[in-house]
Amino acid sequence: MMIRRLLYLIPVLVFIGVGIGLAVGLTRDPTVLPSAMLDKPVPAFELPPIEGRDGDGLGSEDLAGRVSLVNVFASWCLPCRAEHPLLMALAERGVAIYGINYKDRPEQARAWLDELGDPFRKIGADRDGRVSIDWGVYGVPETFVIDAAGRIRHKFVGPLQPRDVDQVLLPMVAELGG
Amino acid sequence: MTRLLGLVWLLVWLAGAGVSVQAATSPDEILADPVLEQRARALGKELRCLVCQNQSIDDSDAELARDLRRIVRERLVAGDSDAEIIGFLTARYGDFVLLKPPVKPATWGLWFGPALVLLAAGAGIALYLRRRRRSGPPLPPLSAEERRRLEALLGGPETLERP
Repeated sequence: MMIRRLLYLIPVLVFIGVGIGLAVGLTRDPTVLPSAMLDKPVPAFELPPIEGRDGDGLGSEDLAGRVSLVNVFASWCLPCRAEHPLLMALAERGVAIYGINYKDRPEQARAWLDELGDPFRKIGADRDGRVSIDWGVYGVPETFVIDAAGRIRHKFVGPLQPRDVDQVLLPMVAELGG
Repeated sequence: MTRLLGLVWLLVWLAGAGVSVQAATSPDEILADPVLEQRARALGKELRCLVCQNQSIDDSDAELARDLRRIVRERLVAGDSDAEIIGFLTARYGDFVLLKPPVKPATWGLWFGPALVLLAAGAGIALYLRRRRRSGPPLPPLSAEERRRLEALLGGPETLERP
């Protein structure tokens, strides 16, 4: 009799399990996709600088030797504007940040950087978005954490939040030895 | 008359829907080689646009979808196989870029879960029915006393007769 009663409990338990699974699913943001590039070396690329700016663009070899961030941004992207002060603050703390300027007009990218400040050590201009596709980028902004060996260790999709920076980004950079 | 008008509207709407479904691939993208273009279309229908996630890159007007359609066509022209092209995209965007998830241990639940649930439910029902059939002889018919009480409870047979 006891066993029989337990049998009747199975559907209830299954229901509760499925319910919890679905409830957890509801709290997750479906637009944030896991990166397929995690723990892989950064793709081989070579980008020219933003037209009319000094510097020599950005390439894969710039990203080896120290922990760094790669931020994909565009002047037409409002969330990029929102996260920009955080990037400025990180650069001030000495974090090495590199930029990939995604599908932007040079004059607008230049104006944007003049207005908001330039937190990037180097910037590559990805005018047709091809290199960004090699990085698995599907929107701007995205921010990658690269370790000293030049491997992608983490990706933030969408604008960085102060909480992301304090709880994930900075501990990660510290742990990787940046 | 209104019905005819409704039908006309429905046809107009359907025609419009048909056009909008084909609109994403713009004429300048289409390959000169119809066989390659056919393959590009077939691949495009299998690949998810990562911006508007429930559309294929063949359907989507998003800029990223256009870039991916272009990449698919470039690689086809360069002589890549379908599998190589899919490999190129999954290396960058993961299995999520495939509208049809591949069968592998991580997706077994997805592929076989529903069949398992169906089987379990079927087994449960079969077990229940078998046990019920086996449980003892059928009940004896009502006695005269029981029948009388039942009729009294139901208000008697006469209440069924309407005046």
